[in-house]
Amino acid sequence: MDAILLIDFGSTYTKLTAVDIENEEILATAKDLTTVNTDIMIGFNKAYEKLMKNIGERKVNFVKKLACSSAAGGLKMVAIGLVPELTAEAAKRAALGAGARILGVYSYELNKHEIEEIKSKKPDIILLAGGTDGGNKDCIIHNAKLLAEHIKDVPIVVAGNKNANDEIEEIFNNAGLFYKITENVMPKLNTINVEPAREVIRSIFMQKIVEAKGMKNAENFINGILMPTPAAVLKAAKILADGSDKEEGIGELIIVDIGGATTDVHSIAKGDPSKPGVTLRGLQEPYAKRTVEGDLGMRVSAVSLFEAAGTRRIKKFAPNTPYDVEERCKFLQQNVNIIPQTEEEYEFDEALGMVATEIAMERHVGTVESVYTPMGIIYSQVGKDLLNVKYLIGTGGVLVHSRNPEKILKAGLFSMESPNYLKPTNPVILVDKTYILSAMGLLAEEYPDMAVRIMKKYIVRA
Amino acid sequence: MQNGKTVVIGVIGADCHAVGNKIIEHALKEEGFNVVNIGVLSPQEDFINAAIETNADAILVSSLYGHGEIDCRGFREKCNEAGLKDIILYVGGNLVVGKQDWKEVEKRFLDMGFNRAYPPGTDIKLSIKDLKKDLGLEE
Repeated sequence: MDAILLIDFGSTYTKLTAVDIENEEILATAKDLTTVNTDIMIGFNKAYEKLMKNIGERKVNFVKKLACSSAAGGLKMVAIGLVPELTAEAAKRAALGAGARILGVYSYELNKHEIEEIKSKKPDIILLAGGTDGGNKDCIIHNAKLLAEHIKDVPIVVAGNKNANDEIEEIFNNAGLFYKITENVMPKLNTINVEPAREVIRSIFMQKIVEAKGMKNAENFINGILMPTPAAVLKAAKILADGSDKEEGIGELIIVDIGGATTDVHSIAKGDPSKPGVTLRGLQEPYAKRTVEGDLGMRVSAVSLFEAAGTRRIKKFAPNTPYDVEERCKFLQQNVNIIPQTEEEYEFDEALGMVATEIAMERHVGTVESVYTPMGIIYSQVGKDLLNVKYLIGTGGVLVHSRNPEKILKAGLFSMESPNYLKPTNPVILVDKTYILSAMGLLAEEYPDMAVRIMKKYIVRA
Repeated sequence: MQNGKTVVIGVIGADCHAVGNKIIEHALKEEGFNVVNIGVLSPQEDFINAAIETNADAILVSSLYGHGEIDCRGFREKCNEAGLKDIILYVGGNLVVGKQDWKEVEKRFLDMGFNRAYPPGTDIKLSIKDLKKDLGLEE
C-alpha cells in the first residue's frame, strides 16, 4: 500500500508517523532518541525499525518522506526592531511564528556591547526590522552597518522600512553577507505583517540551517526537512481551524503544548473584542499567534517554573502534596528523565502542568482593563480576546501521556479570580492523543484535505 | 496629493471622544498629510512611540474631557528623552474645566513645551494652516 512517512527530528526524540494514503489512517508511530551529535540517521534508523515492526506484515511503499526538526537547539533567532512595543515586538512575533527559539530581542540603535552579545548567543538567523514604511530609517541602517561590520556568518532577514532597503542592500552586498529582504513586519503603525518574514525564515531554514546543523545526510533519504517543528504545529493548527480547499475546518482554536523545557501556546483566532463598548489598543495581533514560555517547563525549566509561580500557586493545584515544592522542582530539573510512578508524583506533575498552562495562557491572551473616565467606566483591551474560542487542544508529551489531560488544560480557562485575562470560557477540550500535530502540519504541505480529515478523526475529546 | 509630512494624532488620557479625532484625521488627509491615528485612550508613550517608528514631523494631541493639563504634563520632556528633539507639538480641545481665561490656559500649555494650543471650538482648518506654516509648507 502507498503511504507517507512523516518525521519529526525533535530535540530529544526522533518521532515517525506513517500515514496510509488510501484509508487516511495512521498506520503506526514510533520514536527513538535523536542522534544529531553523531549521525542523525542512527536514531532515525532505530525508530524506523520500530515503525516497521509496528506496521507488521503489511507491505508499505513510502511515496513521500517529509520532515520537520527542532534538533540541535532548534531554530535560534535574534529579533531587532526600533521601539520595543512596536517593530521589535512585531519582529519577535514573526520569528516565533516561524517556529524559532528567541535568544534575544533588541531595540533602538544597537551598541557594540549588544553586538558582541548577539554574536556570543550564536543565532542561526537574525531578523532585522525597524520603522514603518516611509518612517524612521536611520535606526535600521545604523544597525545594518553594525551587523555588517561585526557579524559575518549569520544569515539576516531584513523586514523593516522599505525606504531603507536600497541602502541596506548596498551595505550587505559590500560586506558579502547572506541576507534576504522581505516585506516590513510593521508596514503601518500597529499593523503587523508577519507572514512574508515567516516564509523567508523558513526558506533560509531549509537552505542553510538544516545543513549547518549536520542534518544534510538525512536529506539523501527523505524528501526534505521542510520547517522547524513548532512551525509545523502552527501550520497544523491553522489548517485544522480554517479548513482546506475541500474540507471544512473546525473553527477558532487554541493549542497548548507543555514540554520539559518550554510551554507553547498557539491560537488561531481573530481576537477582536467579544463585548460591546471595548476599545482595542496597541499593536495588532497575528491571526495565527504562537507564544513560547522558556521559563515554564516540567523538567529542564522546573525551577524557573517554581520561580514564576511560587509555592502557594503550585499548591493551589496540589493542596495535600507531601513535597516541599521548591525542593521537588530542583530535583525534577536535575533528573529530567523521571517519569512519575506513585500517586504523589503524579499529583505533583499534574500540578506543575496546570500552573504552566495557567501562566502560559495568561501571557498569551489579551487583557482588558477598566478605565474610569468622566463618562463612567470604559474598557480598553490589549491583545487577543479568546473568550469565545471553540476548542482548546492539548499536545506534547506531558498532556498526551497524562491520565487526566482535561484537568490540566482546564487550568487555562477563564477564571473569575483574574477576570481581566481574556481566556476561553467554555471550549470543547480535545487531546492530540496520537501525537500527530507536527506530522499533520507536514502532511498539509502536500495533502491539505487529507491532513484536515485525519486531524478531525484523531484529535479527540479528552 | 501627498505633501510628504507625517503627523501623529490621537486623544490623550482616559478620554474616549472618537468623533473629533476622526474629523481631524479626515481633514489632515484631505490636505495631503500622512496621518498616523493612534485613536482614543492614548497615553503619552503611545504618541511618542508612534512618532519614532513613523519618523513623524508633528504630534497633534486632542483632549476633550477637561483633564488635558494633567495628561499633557511632561510630554515635551519625554519627547526630548526619546530623541524627538524638535518635533512640533500641538494640543487642542476642551483642555481645562470651568470658565478660565484662554490666554492663561494657552500660556500654561506653551510653557509645557507645546508649540501651539487651541481653545474649544477651533476650526481644524486654522490649525492645519498653522501646521503648514510651522512645517515650512506655506508662508
